[in-house]
This record gives sequence, C-alpha cells and structure tokens, in this order.
Amino acid sequence: MAILVDKTTRLLVQGITGKAGGFHARSCMEYGTNLVAGVTPARGGEVFEGKIPVFDTVHEARKETGCNASMIFVPAEFAADSILEAVDAGVELVICITEGIPVLDMMRVKAGMAGSNSRLIGPNCPGIITPGECKIGIMPGYIHKPGKVGVVSRSGTLTYEAVWQLSSRGHGQSTCVGIGGDPINGTSHLDVVQMFNADEDTEAIILIGEIGGTGEEEAAAWIASHCKKPVAAFIAGATAPPGRRMGHAGAIVSGGKGTAAGKIEALQAAGIEVATTPADMADALLRRLARA
Amino acid sequence: MNIHEYQAKELLDKYGVPNSPGGVASSPEEAEKVARSLGTNNLVVKAQIHAGGRGKGSFKNGFQGGVHLCKTASQARDLAQQMLGQTLVTHQTGAEGRVVRKVLISQSVEIARELYFAILIDRATSGPVIVASTEGGVDIESVAEHTPERIIRMTIDPLLGLQPYQTRKLAKLLGMPSGEMRQACKLFANLYKLFITSDCSMVEVNPLVVTKGGEVLALDAKFNFDDNALFRHPEIQAYRDIEEEDPREVEASKSNLSYIGLDGNIACLVNGAGLAMATMDIIKFHGGEPANFLDVGGGATEQQVTDAFKILIADKRVKAILVNIFGGIMKCDIIAQGIINAVKAVNLPVPLVVRLEGTNVEAGRKLLAESGLPLISATDIDDAARKVVAAVTG
Repeated sequence: MAILVDKTTRLLVQGITGKAGGFHARSCMEYGTNLVAGVTPARGGEVFEGKIPVFDTVHEARKETGCNASMIFVPAEFAADSILEAVDAGVELVICITEGIPVLDMMRVKAGMAGSNSRLIGPNCPGIITPGECKIGIMPGYIHKPGKVGVVSRSGTLTYEAVWQLSSRGHGQSTCVGIGGDPINGTSHLDVVQMFNADEDTEAIILIGEIGGTGEEEAAAWIASHCKKPVAAFIAGATAPPGRRMGHAGAIVSGGKGTAAGKIEALQAAGIEVATTPADMADALLRRLARA
Repeated sequence: MNIHEYQAKELLDKYGVPNSPGGVASSPEEAEKVARSLGTNNLVVKAQIHAGGRGKGSFKNGFQGGVHLCKTASQARDLAQQMLGQTLVTHQTGAEGRVVRKVLISQSVEIARELYFAILIDRATSGPVIVASTEGGVDIESVAEHTPERIIRMTIDPLLGLQPYQTRKLAKLLGMPSGEMRQACKLFANLYKLFITSDCSMVEVNPLVVTKGGEVLALDAKFNFDDNALFRHPEIQAYRDIEEEDPREVEASKSNLSYIGLDGNIACLVNGAGLAMATMDIIKFHGGEPANFLDVGGGATEQQVTDAFKILIADKRVKAILVNIFGGIMKCDIIAQGIINAVKAVNLPVPLVVRLEGTNVEAGRKLLAESGLPLISATDIDDAARKVVAAVTG
C-alpha cells in the first residue's frame, strides 16, 4: 500500500485560487488524485474546475469534505499560518510546497505542532507521489512508474533525476517523498526511511541528500542497525564552497559541519551504496541489490 | 546578508547591548570630528569592509593594516586619510581586494577578559541555541576541537524564549563575579531580543569582553540575517552594501535568480538547487571547474532565463556553458525560448551544451533544433558533463 498517500487520500489545496495552486491542483486531479476541496480566505462558495468546492477556512473544508491531506501553495509570508490552520483542523498529512518561509516562522510552527496528530512534509519541497495512485505536489507525473523502490530526497529536480533513471531501467517506485530543502522541516530522512522499512510494498530505498545539517548521518546510523532493505544514496554539494548558501536555505557548510565528505563517509559506514555522480543513482541501487 | 561593523554597532545600540562608543566616517575630516567627540585618547580606527582579517591585511598603496590604534583626533584623521578610497587586501578578499569607503572610529578599551557568545538556530533541536565560551577573541572552531569542555551549549525553548534564570546560569558558567552578573544578564537578554526581532540566523559576539573597569561589552559582533525574512525588515535591507558583493551576484539578484559566483570556467544554468549542486559536482568529477551555481528555480519566466543567460555570457572567465534542465514546474520550451532570445541578443561566444528532460521536452528540443543555434545536445546529465568538459579542454 506504499506510504502516506494512496487511492483513498482525500486532498485539500490551500491557496487553490492562486496561479500556481490552481495549476498544480489541476495537474494532480488529472493524475488521478482525489481532490475534494480548496481553501482561499474570503473566496468561500466558489467552485474550482466546475466541481471542487472552495471554502474560507480549513476547518469548514474538513467538516464538509472529510479531507485528510492538504497541499499548501500559500505565499511564504502567510504559509506558516496556513500550516498551523491545517494542523488545528486535524488534517493528518500537511504538505507545504511553498519556498522561502522565514526560519523563525518554521521554528514556531514545529514547536506549535508538537503533540498533534498531523505530519508535516516540507516546506520548500516537491511533494509526495505514490505512482499510479496519488500525486500531491509539483513533480511531473509521467516520469514515475508503480513499483518497489522508495525514494526520499531534500531536492525536487534531483528526485526527478533519480526517478527517471529508475523508470528508464524498468524499476518503478512505491512512493517518492520530497522532504524539502529548509533547515527546519516537518519530516526527516530518518522518518521516511523508517516508514519505507515498515512498508510491505517497498523493497529498496534511494536516499538523496545534500550538504548542510545532519539528517543524512542520523538516517545512516539507524539504517546500519535497523534497516532490513537495501539502500543507495547520493549527496549533492561535494564541490560547494563553505559558508555559501547553495540555493536551499538548509544547504550550507559552516563551521566544518554538514560536508558532503562527512555524509558520504557515514552512509558508506552503514553499508549504503553511494552514487559517485548524480547520473549513477539508479545504478548504485542496482549494485547494492546485486551485493545483497 | 552581511552587514558592516559600524552597522552592527548601530543595531547593538538600538537594542541596548553595551559596546565600545564610536562612530563612522567617510572622510578624514569626519573621522577627526568623530574622534574628538569620543573625548578619549585611546582610539582605534578600523577599515569597513565585509571581509575578515583586516588587521593583518595590507593596502595596495603600501599602507599596512586595516586596524590601527592611536591617541589623538588628528592621528585618527591621518589614519583615515591613508585608508579611505584605498584597496585593502586580506586573506578573505582575494587578490583584487576591497575598496574602503568608510572607517569606524571607536574608543579602544582595556580588556581584562575575553569571552565568546553566539546565538544561532540549531537544526537538531529546531530552535535557538546559545554557544558560549570562556575562550574568546580566538577562533572558536579550534576551541571546540581542542578543548570541547570549554564550550557551553544552552538550548532555548522556541516558544518560551531565553528565560532570566538561563541568563544567570550562563553568566556564572562564563565565570562572571556577582558584581558583573546583572550587566551580563541584561546584555544576553537584549542580544536575544535583537536576534529574534530582526530574524537573524546567527549573532556572534567575539570577543565579549570584561574591561579592567568591570564593564561587560560586546566588542565585536557579526550578524547573519535570514534572507527569507528580509521582506519584513526594511531597516535591515537598508544596510545592504552592493559594493561588497560579487557584481555577477548583484545582477542575478535583480532578476530574482539564485546565483553564486565561483572560480572555474564552465558556466551552469540549472533548475532546482539540488540538481544545480549535483551538476557542479559532476562537472568537477569529469575534470572541469564550474564558474557558478545558478538555480533558475521552478517558476522562472522566459525573461528570467534570458537574463540568466546574459549573466553567464558576460562573465569573461566562462569558456563553455552547460544548460541542465529537468522540467517539473519548469517547462522545457520556456527554457529553450529564453536561451534563443538571449543568444540572438548577444551572440554566442562559447560552446553551449544543452540537456533537456521533463515537462514539454519535445517542444523545447524542437524549438532549439529549428533555431539553428550551434549547440551541442546531450542525452543525459553524464553525457552533458563529459561534453562540456571536452569543449573546454579540447
């Protein structure tokens, strides 16, 4: 049944009347995702694409449609509030696509969410897809193919790259999760690896990381002693100069921490096959499978 | 975003964080006036550039050192005269150095003890953390490496903020006698307020000093601000000094492009930060050197792509260009049209390798093929990197 999302997921889009929100809500619907509601404050009563009701608040949308996942396309200055609104309404899975949210806003959101039953994916992420069943996010649906490989990544286009390599070698994906490139986010590499490990439909895992933080090292330490499934990985940013933020707010090497070399060493020590280049991600997994 | 030392002092003053009295000057006359107003014969004159290592740097006119002590206002004037308008080279500026446009004149204080105090966001706890040490005025990384027991880390609850008892605990851990404790606690509390209110990603006070007279002062403070939060801080944005930035990066920021200049000769234009980093990595893997990091983002317009391309072409060190696009939100035909527009406007001085994949890829490839541009097309990211490296070395 893959992880997090499937055919039964009932999707809400916060910011559905915006340009990006509308475009991607439509593309998710076309993929087959069960879109049930939209929210834009002060636009309640409108109808999206002739059939999807728009509400003023997430609370109303939840009550009227039973939505259990939300995709957020609200501008960065209001996005933190939108996440908290979805959590308050009890939406189980909150996926925030918005990039550029101030880190102190995310700090408060994360602290405010503690103890709730909601899971946040992102922000600043491409979203999540269970191929053939449910796409919530901005990824191009057609490159995916149903299958057995779980993919977790901090980067959007690098995930597409890995998926493309897998699909063109005949390997489908169980679920692909973009956890986002910000320093404070809702779901970590480790969280997703644990879900893949417990998922019957996932037989192997690709973990894509980048410089900055220690999320990849934490996942590696857990994989070494607990993961039953073969894992391959790639770390972007081996050539990034220290002290410079490489696009993502979280992608920075500072004070000698968060280097690609340190992460690769930790992954290899955990028995993970590390791709030598971004062109080698699927092949690295195939090498790891051959070794198993 | 970085700011100058004199701007950091303004911020400290605004939030009631004690530091050494001083003022900024852009002419020798002004420097003399500031020095006189301080009413002391212990003065220090400091060149204002963003790079570190100023004290040990040297000016291109032969004058040594960007930080000098002096006794009188007229000496301060002479020192300012030697520095202003001159180019200072330090180990952080590179050989080209930086032009000094302002100097800071402040009172030099008699230091009894030097400490270290910083506030930053800890990714592991998703909240602020204070890092402090009794070993100030030196490189904190080496303190952490050689004497980790002298590093104090205190986690702050994101919702509660820094509590008064925590400031007292810190003061004691830093060896403050009871007489200095109140001053220190107030300094910590005010600095924390400044950190939160201004959306800093880091504030580093090194050194935090106790003077021989028993005053606790933030002698040098370095700030990093969260770029994503600048929209709500016009007062911080006003501190931006584009003279201190890479002109290529200034140009890119006008078009809302995420660009970082590097030293190599292969320019890259990529969508997505992760793929942009990975593209740099694979160029290097095949023996090339990237000239830049450039993420055109997911929602880039044709105009932004054209602007991006112009920045790459304008860079004289660029010997070849690699375009690597995996279209998700970004449509390949938009990229193709942006490239065509830019090349038509400025001609193509160097080889161009293009790899397109993803949304609307057929339309994008068709546009490029019909444009008649002399480009080298690549089938995948590996092929693209090999071809662009070959174009530079071959």
